[in-house]
Amino acid sequence: MVELYILLILMIIGAIIAIEVKDMLSSVIAVGAAGLALSITFLILKAPDVAITQLVVEILALIILIRATLKKDLPFSATGRWFLNTLITVAFVVVFLVIAKRCLDDLPQFGQPLMRVAKIYLKQGLAKTGATNLVGSVILDYRAYDTLGEATILFTAVIGVLSIVRRVGRKKVGTEVKEEDE
Amino acid sequence: MSREHEKGMSLIVKTITRLTVGLILLYGIYIVSHGHVSPGGGFAGGVIIALSFIHLMLAYGKEVAFKRLSRTVASFFESLGAIMFLVIAILGFTGGYFFLNFIAKGEPFKLFSAGIIPLCNIAICLKVGAGLFGIFVALVLLKLESGEKK
Repeated sequence: MVELYILLILMIIGAIIAIEVKDMLSSVIAVGAAGLALSITFLILKAPDVAITQLVVEILALIILIRATLKKDLPFSATGRWFLNTLITVAFVVVFLVIAKRCLDDLPQFGQPLMRVAKIYLKQGLAKTGATNLVGSVILDYRAYDTLGEATILFTAVIGVLSIVRRVGRKKVGTEVKEEDE
Repeated sequence: MSREHEKGMSLIVKTITRLTVGLILLYGIYIVSHGHVSPGGGFAGGVIIALSFIHLMLAYGKEVAFKRLSRTVASFFESLGAIMFLVIAILGFTGGYFFLNFIAKGEPFKLFSAGIIPLCNIAICLKVGAGLFGIFVALVLLKLESGEKK
């Protein structure tokens, strides 16, 4: 349990640094450190599938953040009205904490899950699906509808990104547009 | 390969990339194909495969990477993955319902087992890999062009 708390504190420190530091590169690297600590946390909690996915997606997000957004002069909205902004933020944090306290009280204790559905999966999963990786059998057999929805979301996201940044729609800004196959 | 392309990063990065990019691609294929036996699966393996091409693009510039995987091929693979996943799901109607595991289960711990799960893994891998590579290409090319205009 001690290592979990160390990793949690590391993640919180990384998140605070990522918000507070002025340099963009340091901020992106702090986000990466928080993600790496999260990946190790998943590994300690015996969820290697989630750990692999978290690590890999973290690397991809880091590369995209560094390559695609770092050199642009992003505007900082730090002007005026800080009293009102801080007041609204504190109010939202208090409301969120109260609601979260009431929700988290209903959850089972850490380390003692309910296992009402998971018990059946653990017992019958290998016989019914034939997959020895039970996570794979859950996401692609028992809960394949969820995976279908997730795939649809990713497809829509790719189409959205490509249609926003394609060159055909940006003819007015640049003077000349050299067209490659899109 | 490194002599004729002056674009990209330094010689050290290019040499290391040439040595490692195949291993990264192979590891992604391993994660995908053993997704029903060991931890991993279609999503993680697809992202690793996309990362190998992104690695190539970062080190050598975009021309070399597009020679390996052009944008037309990437969009084709993404659509192919989505349609393959849906076709596997609809083929379940031959036995009764959507997403039925209609292929024989086989022996546990073998590579060819678990019915439709490896096929779904491959479909999701194609979709995720090509889609994330497409997003990266779109964002990076946008940045390059906006830099050139100034």
